[in-house]
Amino acid sequence: MSLEVVAVGPSVLVQDRGRPGWAHLGVPRSGALDGPAAALANRLVGNAPDDACLEVLLGGLALTSDEGVWVAVTGARGALEVDGRPAGFGEAARLTPGSVLRLGRPETGLRSYLAVAGGIAVDPVLGSRSTDTLGRVGPPAVAVGDRLPVGRPAGPPAAVDTPRPPATGPLRVTPGPRADRVAGDALDLLCRTTYAVSPDSDRVGLRLVGDALPLAVRDELPSEGMVLGAVQVPPDGRPVVFLADHPTTGGYPVVAVVDERDLWQCAQLRPGEPVGFTRSR
Amino acid sequence: MHLLPVGRNAVLVEVASPAEAVSLATWARDRSLAVDVVPGARTVLLDGVVDADGVAGVLATWRPSAVEPGPLVEIPVTYDGPDLEDVASRWGCDVDGVVARHVATEFTAAFCGFSPGFAYLAGLDVEVPRLDTPRTRVPAGSVALAERWCGVYPTATPGGWRVIGRTQARLWDARREPPALLAPGTRVRFVAG
Repeated sequence: MSLEVVAVGPSVLVQDRGRPGWAHLGVPRSGALDGPAAALANRLVGNAPDDACLEVLLGGLALTSDEGVWVAVTGARGALEVDGRPAGFGEAARLTPGSVLRLGRPETGLRSYLAVAGGIAVDPVLGSRSTDTLGRVGPPAVAVGDRLPVGRPAGPPAAVDTPRPPATGPLRVTPGPRADRVAGDALDLLCRTTYAVSPDSDRVGLRLVGDALPLAVRDELPSEGMVLGAVQVPPDGRPVVFLADHPTTGGYPVVAVVDERDLWQCAQLRPGEPVGFTRSR
Repeated sequence: MHLLPVGRNAVLVEVASPAEAVSLATWARDRSLAVDVVPGARTVLLDGVVDADGVAGVLATWRPSAVEPGPLVEIPVTYDGPDLEDVASRWGCDVDGVVARHVATEFTAAFCGFSPGFAYLAGLDVEVPRLDTPRTRVPAGSVALAERWCGVYPTATPGGWRVIGRTQARLWDARREPPALLAPGTRVRFVAG
């Protein structure tokens, strides 16, 4: 069976849990930016955690199924309709053959996740179906007219799954390897500053505007490996939080690392929204 | 060897040279010390460390001489790059001199980055500055120099390295095993032709 794509918004990508283990060859890990939301969508339709979903940036997605199938949408909450009638957000919904699902633009957050029972079954590349937007590994972006293959459902959808909404707040940070490149205590300075999300943020990094962090040393470092959540400080002093499609090596200093538990927030912060940091305990 | 913290699940190990980084990375990968073992120019990142408390103790047993030289790959090159004459003038020689030096050098892939399969090849003992303004598109297969590195562009991308030639060799193919022709540790010889 397959889903046919009728409309897309700014970006619709196939994402699963990514392809860790290839960074030494320059391949970003990729994967769903809001991991908990993608995992919930999978659970709601009875999928395994590794099944691939659609990551939908700012809604605009419409699709139709050629067979009856369960779907669920989580993450940034946009109006969800099946054949023009409202459907439940964050719960399993049944598509009948030929019915059209439409996902509207969310009022808060950026990224919604649509899971289909059986998972999006495009061919995996290096063990993952994720689209890596930096290195162009994995399937191309989803486009109108695509027929997305769907795998065989593993079982019935979960009857009820209503996890507590994850708490939002300042991003918890631990020290990075080059904290000493900042003039002063890097974590203190970072945690005292309120930044705003820059509009050129993407799946590679959450770019921040605000007071520049003063760098004691401005020379580039010899290139070194980068981690997910790295807070990198380029010469202009404005931090970038590396997200799933981050480059695997780089020469700007990493002064802190955002706790994995808070990275989902980076997936949902809109341009202009405030961002703060706090020391992880 | 010096260990630096990188958040909760990773550690960055500083070593003395790119050769030591390749050696340590190979050693750590053989022992599955982390999900990702990423050599850099003077470091090895262990990301997704399996045993965070024990890793320092295990790393202390590493010795730089512990790894065999990597496999040797020959790459045929047509030396007709747009920056060949510029590199010659910077090195105070003619174009043939640049080619002679390039083919006489045994390079080693130190680390990857920039794009999948792009290896930073160490071995040059002279430098070349990057272009002041990067090109918006460098064709796949371009053989290029920057600082003391040589690299071959696996795919067409923007790039600021000085291009001296081109090859038909396929540097990256995600469906091939292994996907990268020049994984860290691979020795490389360029052949004019």
